[in-house]
Amino acid sequence: MEWLTTARWSPYLVGLGIGVLSCLAFLLSNKPLGCSTAFARTSGMLEKMFRGDKALRKKYYRKFPPIIDWEWLLVAGVIAGAFISAISSGSFNIVLVPDVWAQAAGESAVTRWVVAVVGGIFIGFGARWAGGCTSGHGISGTLQLAVSSWIAVCCFFIGGIAMAMLLFRVILGV
Amino acid sequence: MLKQLHRNKGRQLLIGFLIGIGFGFLLHKGGVTDYNVIVRQLLLEDFTVVKIMLTAVLVGMIGVHLLRNLGLAQLHPKPGSCGTSIIGGLIFGLGFALLGYCPGTVAGAVGSGALDALLGGFTGILIGSGIFASLYPFLEKGILKRGDFGSVTLPEWLKVNEWVVIVPVSLLIVGLLWWIENAGY
Repeated sequence: MEWLTTARWSPYLVGLGIGVLSCLAFLLSNKPLGCSTAFARTSGMLEKMFRGDKALRKKYYRKFPPIIDWEWLLVAGVIAGAFISAISSGSFNIVLVPDVWAQAAGESAVTRWVVAVVGGIFIGFGARWAGGCTSGHGISGTLQLAVSSWIAVCCFFIGGIAMAMLLFRVILGV
Repeated sequence: MLKQLHRNKGRQLLIGFLIGIGFGFLLHKGGVTDYNVIVRQLLLEDFTVVKIMLTAVLVGMIGVHLLRNLGLAQLHPKPGSCGTSIIGGLIFGLGFALLGYCPGTVAGAVGSGALDALLGGFTGILIGSGIFASLYPFLEKGILKRGDFGSVTLPEWLKVNEWVVIVPVSLLIVGLLWWIENAGY
């Protein structure tokens, strides 16, 4: 059973596993895998906490009520599953600043945090604008041959590659 | 029997959590909960992300459509428009490079100890989602509807049987993966 605790598996095996999980999600839950809606709902929950029921009058929160649902638990499970994999393979590491970032932009945790928050804002905003993320569109949508998803995933990568090249090659000069 | 399972809310929450555990476990084993792997993919130095996604799509596409042909699954394609898919996609891409995670992998990163994912990523994604929710009424009747094509699938659009699309796409994916592997990535 040693393979279960090795830190890294073949990407093809992992992809096969995720493909199988997608099938299970459709079969057992009649749902595609997806992650961004969980964040939208949690955002609504937080707004509800601070602004009370006034927050629920927002049209978007009537479309996506701030409740704990299947996808919310899916994302909670992702945290847990990654934790189990990390702990069992001895690769759980508290990291403030990832290596590739540090090598290009320095070790400052504050700088990394600011960039991460800004990046996160674009991710959260863009995912809801596009109606899904790399799981919902990138995997689930493309395997269903949805036109919206094929277009979205191409744009995810065009935007991502362009921005990464601009940030690391041009701005940070590495 | 499946329909009853689908309607059982309690069971569904558990199933969602268990599938999530599997998903997070696999994402971590694949290395894609690591900022370095994702950014190196966007810099076209490491193709782990694309290999995993293409393989998942290959397997899932065939599997889900087979299940559908057997009457065991229904498709739920997302609706879209040029306004939502293109602009939203590009905005997401920008964030993808800056944050170095996506909503699924950021959750996995948190599980593996990445504090930038927790303190930076989670915070930002929640803020961004909230901003969208506030702007939604202004966006939904305008830009989000531009070039609307609904939830059409490629087979529907091309007016062909789904396998007429699935077979060539599968061959294309295998070809791409072979090419990437052969190129030394």
